[in-house]
Amino acid sequence: MKIIADSGRCIGAGMCVLALGEVFDQSEEDGTVVLLDPDPPASMAGAVRRAVQLCPSGALSLAEGDRADGESDT
Amino acid sequence: MTEATTRPVTLPLTRERPFDPPDALGLWRDEDPIRPLAYPDGHQGWLVTGYAAARAILADPRFSTRIELLHTPLPQRAMQFRNTLRRPGFFLRLDPPDHTRYRRLLAGQFTVRRMKGLEPRIEEITRDHLDAMERAGAPTDLVQAFALPIPSLVICELLGVPYADREKFQRDSAVLLSLNSSVEQIEAAMKDLLDYLDDLVRRKRAEPDDDLVSGLATETDLTDEELAGVTTLLLIAGHETTANMLGLGTFALLRNPEQLAAVRDNPEAVDHAVEELLRYLTVIHIGPLRAALEDVEIDGRLIRAGESVTISVAAANRDPERFPEPDQLDVARPASGHLTFGHGIHQCLGQQLARTEMRIAYPALLRRFPGLRLAVPAEEIPMRTDMAIYGVHRLPVTW
Ligand code: HEM
Ligand code: SF4
Repeated sequence: MKIIADSGRCIGAGMCVLALGEVFDQSEEDGTVVLLDPDPPASMAGAVRRAVQLCPSGALSLAEGDRADGESDT
Repeated sequence: MTEATTRPVTLPLTRERPFDPPDALGLWRDEDPIRPLAYPDGHQGWLVTGYAAARAILADPRFSTRIELLHTPLPQRAMQFRNTLRRPGFFLRLDPPDHTRYRRLLAGQFTVRRMKGLEPRIEEITRDHLDAMERAGAPTDLVQAFALPIPSLVICELLGVPYADREKFQRDSAVLLSLNSSVEQIEAAMKDLLDYLDDLVRRKRAEPDDDLVSGLATETDLTDEELAGVTTLLLIAGHETTANMLGLGTFALLRNPEQLAAVRDNPEAVDHAVEELLRYLTVIHIGPLRAALEDVEIDGRLIRAGESVTISVAAANRDPERFPEPDQLDVARPASGHLTFGHGIHQCLGQQLARTEMRIAYPALLRRFPGLRLAVPAEEIPMRTDMAIYGVHRLPVTW
């Protein structure tokens, strides 16, 4: 699963960091999202999906072919 | 669609029970989550009470927050909106790209990590207030002794506003948030606050200190006027909201002893409990408000350009389609996704600060006074149905 972060849309609300601090961080400068791990392991899929869903600004998305729907990784 | 569901309604402000939104909002949500709303100035706009529609509109760039485009659902303020309050620095009422400029300058100061760094100081402030309560003895008004001073002191220190001046800004912000204030009263309070903060900004420019306002004054291109506006917004938004969550949240926990015990005894339960209290209590009494910039169709309803939308996040947070058994306070439920901090690009800038304050303050209070209880019958607690931020005016407690 690949995460795409559009820092141009990000408003630095920090919901993603709160939901999954292992994967998301915020820049010290303007609070926008920093991906610590753009390609997190499948075991985190549920938490990643939740974080993407919580993002208020639509800055986060999952790349095509991700396993967000629980299908096998092909 | 029946005649009854399309007839415009007016916004109810009184509540049947202290912790629930007005009953009518729930009935309407279940019937028709987007329905026509009659505004006091004659405008006909919309009232949104369903979770999905509320979230969609708050995230939609075709809706504006600009004050000059909005009609207000509040009778007393009908005249106020159009010609006033449009002030530099009030980015809550700006659309992109103007909004983006401010948000970018500030978001770095309110990150999850920054707020973590404030924890020791917030713990200390909380301890000091609990000590003072203990020294003064029961009974006491929890709002004045605990709920209001803690977030006020925290935001003052963060911004660099002298806490000694709190009487002034607490009085002004009470006028600004009261639904019964006249336009003249609002204007006077706003001027008073802006003059005061304008002065402060000038002082910080001349003699910068180690605080947020000094940082903005020296490191950004904000004008004095813009900076005074930003500081006003942060000061008001930063203390009344959390204060009311602390007061109302404690009241709700005192009425639900099992849930109170979980918050007191189980540190692991606190994060979830805070989200659930935010959802269940939704201290945002009215709004947020938006206006359509173009024709937008949502859920089969056509909202035309120029029409105002009042979004009841209080009703949306009780939508059974999103939260099972929504009218139940259940501190163990996963409540994140609630709309109490809004949604979309204006989602609360200070939410991580508010969370940090609540996560520290609730358990600290309940542990210090395990016998905490109301000092008057629950029916006698005066509720803030007359304020833009809901909560309790006073909470007499003993222990
Ligand atoms: C429990 C406490 C709080 C609640 C329930 C709350 C709620 C909200 C809501 C609903 C909005 C969005 C309004 C809209 O979309 O029209 C908002 C925005 C805002 N809040 Fe809070 N807030 C809280 C605490 C704070 C604190 C502690 C601060 C202090 C810094 C703060 C500062 C702001 C600012 C600056 C905005 C405007 C953001 C923007 O327009 O981009 N809030 N808040
Ligand atoms: S949740 Fe969205 S808006 Fe908030 S910091 Fe993360 S990416 Fe940015």
